[in-house]
Amino acid sequence: MAVAAPPGGAAGPGGGRRRVNGDVVLALDHVTMQFGGLKAVAELDLEVGRGELVGLIGPNGAGKTTVFNLITGVYTPTHGRILFQGHPIQGLKPHVIAKRGITRTFQNIRLFASRCCRDNVCIAEHVHARAGLLDAVLRTPRFARDEAAMRERADQLLALMGLDAWADVRAAELPYGQQRRLEIARALAGQPSLLLLDEPAAGLNPQESDELMHLIEEVRRRFELTILLIEHDMRVVMGICRRIAVLDYGVKIAEGTPAQIRTDRAVIEAYLGEDVHADLGA
Amino acid sequence: MARLLRAVAVLAVLVGLDLALPRFLNPYYLRVLMLCGISVILAVSLNLINGFTGQFSIGHAGFMAVGAYGSAMVSLHVGQHWAAALAGVGIPAVIAQGAALLVALLAGGALAGIAGYLVGLPSLRLRGDYLAIVTLGFGEIIRVLITNIEAVGAARGLPGIPPWTTFFWVGIGMLAVIVLSLRLANSTHGRALFAIRDDEVAAEALGVDTTRYKVLAFVLGSFFAGIAGGLFAHYNAYLHPNSFTFIKSIEVIAMVVLGGLGSVSGSVLAAIVLTILPEALRSAQEWRMVIYSLMLIILMVTRPQGLMGSREFRWPWRHRPAAPPAPAAGGGA
Repeated sequence: MAVAAPPGGAAGPGGGRRRVNGDVVLALDHVTMQFGGLKAVAELDLEVGRGELVGLIGPNGAGKTTVFNLITGVYTPTHGRILFQGHPIQGLKPHVIAKRGITRTFQNIRLFASRCCRDNVCIAEHVHARAGLLDAVLRTPRFARDEAAMRERADQLLALMGLDAWADVRAAELPYGQQRRLEIARALAGQPSLLLLDEPAAGLNPQESDELMHLIEEVRRRFELTILLIEHDMRVVMGICRRIAVLDYGVKIAEGTPAQIRTDRAVIEAYLGEDVHADLGA
Repeated sequence: MARLLRAVAVLAVLVGLDLALPRFLNPYYLRVLMLCGISVILAVSLNLINGFTGQFSIGHAGFMAVGAYGSAMVSLHVGQHWAAALAGVGIPAVIAQGAALLVALLAGGALAGIAGYLVGLPSLRLRGDYLAIVTLGFGEIIRVLITNIEAVGAARGLPGIPPWTTFFWVGIGMLAVIVLSLRLANSTHGRALFAIRDDEVAAEALGVDTTRYKVLAFVLGSFFAGIAGGLFAHYNAYLHPNSFTFIKSIEVIAMVVLGGLGSVSGSVLAAIVLTILPEALRSAQEWRMVIYSLMLIILMVTRPQGLMGSREFRWPWRHRPAAPPAPAAGGGA
């Protein structure tokens, strides 16, 4: 899974900004996304270093998911560049970007509802399949080898996410929390080097969300992953992210350690509200 | 080796049936049987597009027409002469005609596949109802074109097509499309198609080239619709544009939906039921289509997921060993 070091690192955004130490996996350089008269994302600069777990927060409608859609190629930015391991990826199709090593989960769960959990994971391994259509139709040895390997990897990922007992159950029949986990297992199956998690703890109770966050941290270490995480639950983000970027109306208003964000005036005004100090004190 | 043996055994059974059926079955029953087989090919091929990939196509009769007329023209202008020439040098007529039919069928299938590609490519930006309307338009365009092209008989129809289709060839066509569908379904490519049906956005985000797979489904589906058309042409010996109206497309969709979207065995079963039903109801005379429609409604109300749901039929003696017990819970969780 180790990825070759990015050639020469990414072109840094405007000088004087905070630079990530070590390799830059993802760099957004003055990225703007305009929908008609609405600037969903404006002049966004963001760098994510290898192995980092970066949080992206902001009030509703701040443009967080738009950023994910830009990185994964659902949208092409109106202006600016997106560099993944030093190469521009803006304008590429989503499936090409996935093959390059960026996979994601969705805020509103998007599983393949009619397929079992194992199939859900196997579909994401598709990018690594060697056997072609003809192999599949003629059932060649290469096809059998491929399928067995996919199945084994899928079962390992399901076990890692604590879903081994559900392998043969249709995704639609899973309890909600399990569906969230399956989305992560599926995103991991593409063997990404950058994982984008869009509110993975949404709708989970505090205990489930704690467990999930530990799991995400464990996954990050185990697969040497870089993770960019959108989360609404402040407590959760503050707990596991070492660096947090804050968006408001498409503009990055702050970036720094949880401690810095916690005391940042602009953030408190824009997002956290009046009585949040009490919340964060815990 | 075992696979070769199995293939030979299947061929032997088909040849045996090919020889035996005309002796033991009266011509009417044989005709219904042949039409069942052709319906099966149509339904299973449409299932690749509508059932597996979730692309709602209502132009299947159009693809069938392309294959039917294409293969008929090949036979009329080339195949017939070749078959006669081959028979002239001492090759048995059955083999000469079979070879000519095979070439005509593949040519018709290829033409239909190309049509599928041409329709599929621009239509891929469209979803659901919009795609349905485009495919409907395509089907009608094909029919109107045929009705106006003198070379294929225009509105008079195309007579004199060599009647080479036998049970053997219908069986080969059925086997080909069924085996291909089942093997596709149990492969990573089939899973990519199902993924597109369930959630196209997620499939694309996980690395499935959705455009490529949608085109693939269209090409494969229309190829086999063309094969079915070719078999029909060489069975009927006469083609008329009215055989390929919008109603024909609807009939095939009814088979796929009634069988259970995505289930190959469901499509097979429903194709047989829906081909036999109108024949069996002939005694009801003018009430025939009323009863037929009522039965369709009752079936869909009582089993909205289709006869087979999304499951497949399994031979009871070929049960796969149950999934191995879940591996000891991973330490990770």
